[in-house]
Amino acid sequence: MRRAAPAIAATVAGLGLLSQFNTAPDSTTPAAEPAPSSGTATTTAAPKRAATTTTAPTGSAARKTVDGPVETNRFGDVQVEVIVQGGKLIDVKALALPNDRERSAAISDEAGPILRSEALKAQNANIDTVSGATYTSESYARSLQAALDKAK
Amino acid sequence: MRRVEEVWGTAVSFDVPDAVGSDPVDEVMRWFQRVDSLFSTWRVDSEICRIARGELALDDASPEVREVLTTCAELCEATGGCFDIAVGARPEVVPRPGLGPLDPSGFVKGWALERAAIMFALHGVRSLMVNAGGDVLVRGEPEPGHAWRVGVRHPTRSDSTMAVLEVTDGGVATSAPYERGDHILDPATGQPAVGVLSATVVGPDLGIADAWATTLVVAGPAGLTTLPTEEGYEGLVVTLDEEVISTAGFNELVAT
Repeated sequence: MRRAAPAIAATVAGLGLLSQFNTAPDSTTPAAEPAPSSGTATTTAAPKRAATTTTAPTGSAARKTVDGPVETNRFGDVQVEVIVQGGKLIDVKALALPNDRERSAAISDEAGPILRSEALKAQNANIDTVSGATYTSESYARSLQAALDKAK
Repeated sequence: MRRVEEVWGTAVSFDVPDAVGSDPVDEVMRWFQRVDSLFSTWRVDSEICRIARGELALDDASPEVREVLTTCAELCEATGGCFDIAVGARPEVVPRPGLGPLDPSGFVKGWALERAAIMFALHGVRSLMVNAGGDVLVRGEPEPGHAWRVGVRHPTRSDSTMAVLEVTDGGVATSAPYERGDHILDPATGQPAVGVLSATVVGPDLGIADAWATTLVVAGPAGLTTLPTEEGYEGLVVTLDEEVISTAGFNELVAT
C-alpha cells in the first residue's frame, strides 16, 4: 500500500514532462510583475531540501496548471492538480478523491477540500494564545506563550 | 483568572476571563496528574508501560486507558495507518528515552484537555482557554462578540506567528520537529517523518485534531485531502520550501 505523500511528489516530479500541457491563460504574466493575486511570486524563500519545486521551470513567472496522473495511495485514488508560477508551487488541488471507503466517498461528493497555497509570512498580531509543536517545561520559558502569559 | 502549571514535562496555561465562585484548576491538575500516572511513557509503573510489557491485561486496565486505546485504534484506521501508537515497537525504530512500544501521547494530551473542559463547565465556566505545551482548547468567547484569537507559531521564527485563527469552541493542535527534533515516526518505515516544517489542525475535538496533525507530518500536504472536513476538521501544512498549503475551511477561520 502506498502512502499519500508520494502522490504529490510523483506528480510534481512529472512537471518536466507535463508542463507543456494545460498552460493557463494567465501565462503571459511578465516576470517582473507577478500576478498580485498569487502573493507568492514575490517570496524570496528558496527551496531548501524539498524536491517539490526543483523540477519546475525556473526563471519564468508563467503560471502553469498541470493535472497529474491518478495516483493510488493508501487512501485510494487521488489526482492532484498543481499550479506553478515562477518556478514555485503556488497551488495544489485534489481533483479526484478516494472513493474506496465510505468516509472518503462523502468527501468526494463534497468536491473535497480545495487546497490553498501561499508563501510563509511572519506576523505578530493581537493574539490570546499560540498553538505550536509541544515545548518542554524548559523551552516554555523562551516561548511566545510565556511572553503572553506574563503580559496579561 | 490566569495560571500556568507544570505537568507532562511541559507548561499548561489557563485563561478563564470570567470570575468563578470556585477555582477548578486544582481539580483539573489532579486529573492531569492521574493522566500522567496512567499514560506516561516515562514512568515504568504507568498502566501504558505495564500493558506494553505484558504485565497488565487490557481487560484489567482502567476505563480511561481502554477508552484511549480504542479511540487510537479507530484513528489509526481513519488515518490510513499514519497515526499509529505502536510505531515504537517496530524493529527499525531507534530507541530513545520516553519512546515506548505503546505511546498514545499524540492523542492523550488533547483528550485529557477535553475532559478538563467538561470539569470547567461543571464549575459554570463558559469562557475558557487551556494551552498545554502548544495544544490549545477554547470554549466560548473571551469577551462578548469576540472569538479566541489563536496564533499558529511560525515554524522557523519562534517569536512570530504565521496565521491567527478565530475559534470559539474547539481545539488547535500543531505537530512539528522544531521543538523536540524529528520525534514523529513514519509508521511505514519506522524512520523520522521529515517531510514538512509543521502541520496544524483545527477541529471540534483537540485529541482528534492532534492525531490528524501528526498524520499530516507523516503524509505531507496530500494528507490534507483525507482530513474529515465533514466533521469539522481543517488543516494547514508548511512544506520544506516554506509554502503554506491549507484546506479552504481552514482559511475561513483565519483572521484577516
